[in-house]
Amino acid sequence: MFSGLKDKVGEVLLPGDEFSLETEDTISLTERVKPEKVVCGPGLRRSGDRLLVCKSGVLRHKQPNMFWMDSQQRRYVPAKGETIIGIVTVKSGDVFKVDFGGSEQASLSYLAFEGATKRNRPNVQVGDLVFSQFVVANRDMEPELVCVDSSGRANGMGVFGGGGLLFTVSLGLARRLLSPHSEVLSDLQTLFPCELVVGMNGRLWVRSSSVQQTLVIANLLQSCDTMTAPQRQELFRRAAQGAL
Amino acid sequence: MMEVCGSSNVTLREFGSEQSLLSRPDGSASFIQGDTSVLAAAYGPAEVKVSKEIYDRATLEVLIQPKVGLPGVRERAQEQCVRETCEASLLLSLHPRSSLTLILQLIHDDGSLLSCFLNAACVALMDAGLPMSRLFCGVTCAIDADGQIITDPTAAQEKESRALMTFAIDATERRVMMSSTRGSFSVHELQQCIAVSQKASEKIFQFYRDSVRRRYSKTL
Repeated sequence: MFSGLKDKVGEVLLPGDEFSLETEDTISLTERVKPEKVVCGPGLRRSGDRLLVCKSGVLRHKQPNMFWMDSQQRRYVPAKGETIIGIVTVKSGDVFKVDFGGSEQASLSYLAFEGATKRNRPNVQVGDLVFSQFVVANRDMEPELVCVDSSGRANGMGVFGGGGLLFTVSLGLARRLLSPHSEVLSDLQTLFPCELVVGMNGRLWVRSSSVQQTLVIANLLQSCDTMTAPQRQELFRRAAQGAL
Repeated sequence: MMEVCGSSNVTLREFGSEQSLLSRPDGSASFIQGDTSVLAAAYGPAEVKVSKEIYDRATLEVLIQPKVGLPGVRERAQEQCVRETCEASLLLSLHPRSSLTLILQLIHDDGSLLSCFLNAACVALMDAGLPMSRLFCGVTCAIDADGQIITDPTAAQEKESRALMTFAIDATERRVMMSSTRGSFSVHELQQCIAVSQKASEKIFQFYRDSVRRRYSKTL
């Protein structure tokens, strides 16, 4: 199965494509036969002794044995450990309800902020933007968010957002912006200086020195989603020259 | 897979599809078979009303909008066929207490309407990134007065036929997932139509693969 999967890395696969466990025809008598372990990422599921593709996309591989489907999607499904931008909708007692664009609202405890105690409550109002990460996110339970990391420090998370603009893009673009050595980010740095917060739920927040520049950056990011690299660099070049 | 007796070339009208053409839904597709044209939009997994939520799987809702007027009994029957096929192929247990909505808008009807709805639904669900265990397609067969089997009939051919059958065929084993028939036909004719539909589905699945490949070719 490992060799079958490796052959298809980089190819476009459809839901329903299967990889079955193939036993080798010749088994070596002298070497020990090691059981091969394959780690399935998003888009791949195990059904019995087969591996089933459940989303259409490109098969990707990371050493030593991780495989996943790289697909284009707009709707976010929460996963533990991912950082997102949420909007506080309800403040009830000890818990805030945060909307992050998923199938239900996540809960954020008021104690999950840096330096928050029962006497020292954080200053969070309904309608505020929070940058937080999921600590509980599976299909059976209500998702839970926190604004501290495991050692109790904020680490960039918490309430933010005066004077900026929040907009949505596809999940793929958000992931591309967050990947190391991101091309989109380096192209963006050639334009005006700005503050950018990227949520893995496809929400971006931008603030620049003037409202016009903020709007230009927001429009550029929304439109460069479906462009190839040369088209995007051309678009950014035109924006930098002031043509847009 | 059954044997096809008689002529083995199956003719389908020219078909085409486009993905991600609408900006608001999570997934959208248009599917055109000859002159029949349908637009599909998929939303999900999204919030669900407490009265409609199911504790261990997603709630799938299919809405068919006709070209003029409000949906009637005919649209409700077609919705049920599409919904049953989609529920059999989606992995609903991955999103309990969520709702998946599929809206199918009729643009033009020139025969083979239910199979066009099924094809558009499958492409829209794939485009939305909803987890599916298998793909499906729809094929319509008509038996005319002489007993000839016509695949993908036009509206005029449907009107003159003595039997009309639509099958939803799955991609992995080419089995029939859903069938909707009207008219009178013998058991042998039914089996022949199923065999012909299974053969025709291969072209449609190859087309799905090519269109998804073209869509991802920019990022490769």
